[in-house]
Amino acid sequence: MNGSFATAIALAFHATMAGAEQIRIDMIERRVTPPPILSNMIAPPGDLGVAGARLALSEIAATGKFTGQEYVLHETVVPPGAPFLPAVEEVLDDGARLLVVKASAKELLQLADLPAAGDALIFNATAQDDRLRGGDCRANLLHTTPSLSMRADALSQFALKKQWTDLVLIKGPNPEDEAFAAALRASLEKFGMALKGEKAWAFDANMRRVASAEIPLFTQDLPEHDLLLVADERGDYGRYVAYNTWVPRPLAGSEGIVPQGWSGVVEQWGAAQLQGRFRDAAGREMRSEDFGAWAAVAAIGEAVTRSGARDVEGLRDYLLSDAFRLAGYLGTPLSFRNWNGQMRQPIPLVTERAVVGTAPLEGFLHERSELDTLGKDLPDSECMQFGATQ
Amino acid sequence: MKRPCLLILALGLTAAMPVHGDEIWVTNELDDTVSVIDTDTLEVIATHPTGQRPRGVTFSRDFKRLYICASDSNAVQVMDPDSGEILHDLPSGADPEQFILSPDDRLLYIANEDDAITTVVDTATRKVVAQIDVGIEPEGMGISPDGRIQITTSETTNMAHWIDTQSHEIIANTLVDARPRHAEFSPDGRELWVSSEIGGTVTVFDAESRSELGKIRFALPNVRPEQLQPVGMKFSPDASKVFVALGPANHLAVVDAASREVLDYILVGRRVWHMAISPDQTQLFTTNGVSGDVTVIDIASQKPVKTIKTGRFPWGAAARPTP
Repeated sequence: MNGSFATAIALAFHATMAGAEQIRIDMIERRVTPPPILSNMIAPPGDLGVAGARLALSEIAATGKFTGQEYVLHETVVPPGAPFLPAVEEVLDDGARLLVVKASAKELLQLADLPAAGDALIFNATAQDDRLRGGDCRANLLHTTPSLSMRADALSQFALKKQWTDLVLIKGPNPEDEAFAAALRASLEKFGMALKGEKAWAFDANMRRVASAEIPLFTQDLPEHDLLLVADERGDYGRYVAYNTWVPRPLAGSEGIVPQGWSGVVEQWGAAQLQGRFRDAAGREMRSEDFGAWAAVAAIGEAVTRSGARDVEGLRDYLLSDAFRLAGYLGTPLSFRNWNGQMRQPIPLVTERAVVGTAPLEGFLHERSELDTLGKDLPDSECMQFGATQ
Repeated sequence: MKRPCLLILALGLTAAMPVHGDEIWVTNELDDTVSVIDTDTLEVIATHPTGQRPRGVTFSRDFKRLYICASDSNAVQVMDPDSGEILHDLPSGADPEQFILSPDDRLLYIANEDDAITTVVDTATRKVVAQIDVGIEPEGMGISPDGRIQITTSETTNMAHWIDTQSHEIIANTLVDARPRHAEFSPDGRELWVSSEIGGTVTVFDAESRSELGKIRFALPNVRPEQLQPVGMKFSPDASKVFVALGPANHLAVVDAASREVLDYILVGRRVWHMAISPDQTQLFTTNGVSGDVTVIDIASQKPVKTIKTGRFPWGAAARPTP
């Protein structure tokens, strides 16, 4: 497996000596020190995100071998604490124009607003903030990872389809927990549901017992419910909630049934092949961050092959056009919303070992694309940078 | 005394001359079996164990051997269809998904899905003759009726690779829409049809010039356009039509081979993959992966006549006349 990839890449370079055109893609990663969590069993993989970009590069390089392009991936890591902007300015000065970025919303905007990035195309591979697709959208910033509202809508469709409409929420103390909780509340309202109750999980210094002993009491006074929603986006306390609740109820959200851009359990629609290639290359399961970076690089390759364009503007136009269709192993072609740059993508609802369902679920209809039942739709969009109208 | 005698005689006759009709053999991807369907009774008459994850399936020209891609066993298995016993394995390369037999019955061209390779195996010597680097996730395998050109389509590289069967080298690569799944030459060898699952199209090439003659698109009311995912294709016995399996759209399209217009859609089971035509050329059998069954279609009327339950995830299909 690894051997054949090495062969493919070597051949691509070989072709270059014979005069293939070179296409540069940059992966920029802002590394952060992972926040402390209750469990110290699982550290996030060091190549989270970039491993997806590397895999996609090897795939488009194989295509390039036949079509006369050589793709090169430049990797830049900005270490924790180091300033972000000088690092990315240097990359732009060096000629980078196709950027796949793993960074916070704030840093993505700083990058997108740099004068030197005006003629660049930036792919946000990991940041889920809705504002990047809304009021703070940028014409040079596309998103290959689902927004929080897309994930929340996937879960709402599932709850509605199951008729598990009596819902309560517990949320952690972190800003990302509140952001996911807010997305869930808004989504429930969009689908005509509402929370029956909500509690904030405060893991403070006064707690004298382990979480598993605390959870039953913590959940005892929640109103009667079908499904317990958990907002714990760091993976802190949520893992201890299952089976420790006062009443036996399934969990969903950050734990239990989790709406994810990607997961190692996705296997239908040829995904088993992608998962196999990823496991062979990275030695672990493919996650949402990896998929976001994979999809960005794969989209670039697809646009280069199909559009004939060799300038950033031409590639961007093609990516945002109806002609663009990316095979993303999720059963439905992926494309970009031409009003805010978000990739249309099905959202698997997964447990640790299986896909429970894939949103959009059957029956949720849309005049344009059923994928647009997930996330902010065009009529509600606050993004004004793309010029697309209905 | 007379009656029992007659009975024994009758039983003896039955054993000597099997009364069943022709057969359709179907691989069950998630059951590691092949199901044998009788084309007269439209019942499953036998189920034989295979290697792991059987997908592509085809008979030798004399129908004495059944070749099975046992993908997760990394082997092409050779089965005696009379006994259902595996005779031996052929060296197939890793993860064989689909293959095609050369018109002279000698060489198998095998798509190694995980290795981006087409492996050519001599079925007589059981040796690998050649391995050809192709795009990522090779799957669709076609061969021209004169045996000169073999086509491998690669699902991730989105190409049809044209392989010269004399030199075993790629002589051309033609881009098609996303995720090409199947390649089929017209019986006269003049056209090559390639289905693109995610692109939602079938591209028709002139086999001589390798130029694109046209593209077929599909539309069905009340079915999402993204669900119209063409996979398997089969020319009708008179070559006037092409049946195109549309995957999760749960329909076959009937395409006029000359005008390339879609004439009709036929409702079949869920996630239809591939097809086989009965040896008497009156019936079409479709493998329906998700519903775990086979739909039988009367070719003359283009109407489905029966659904037959098989194993889990039926994938490939091959026909054999009454043994």
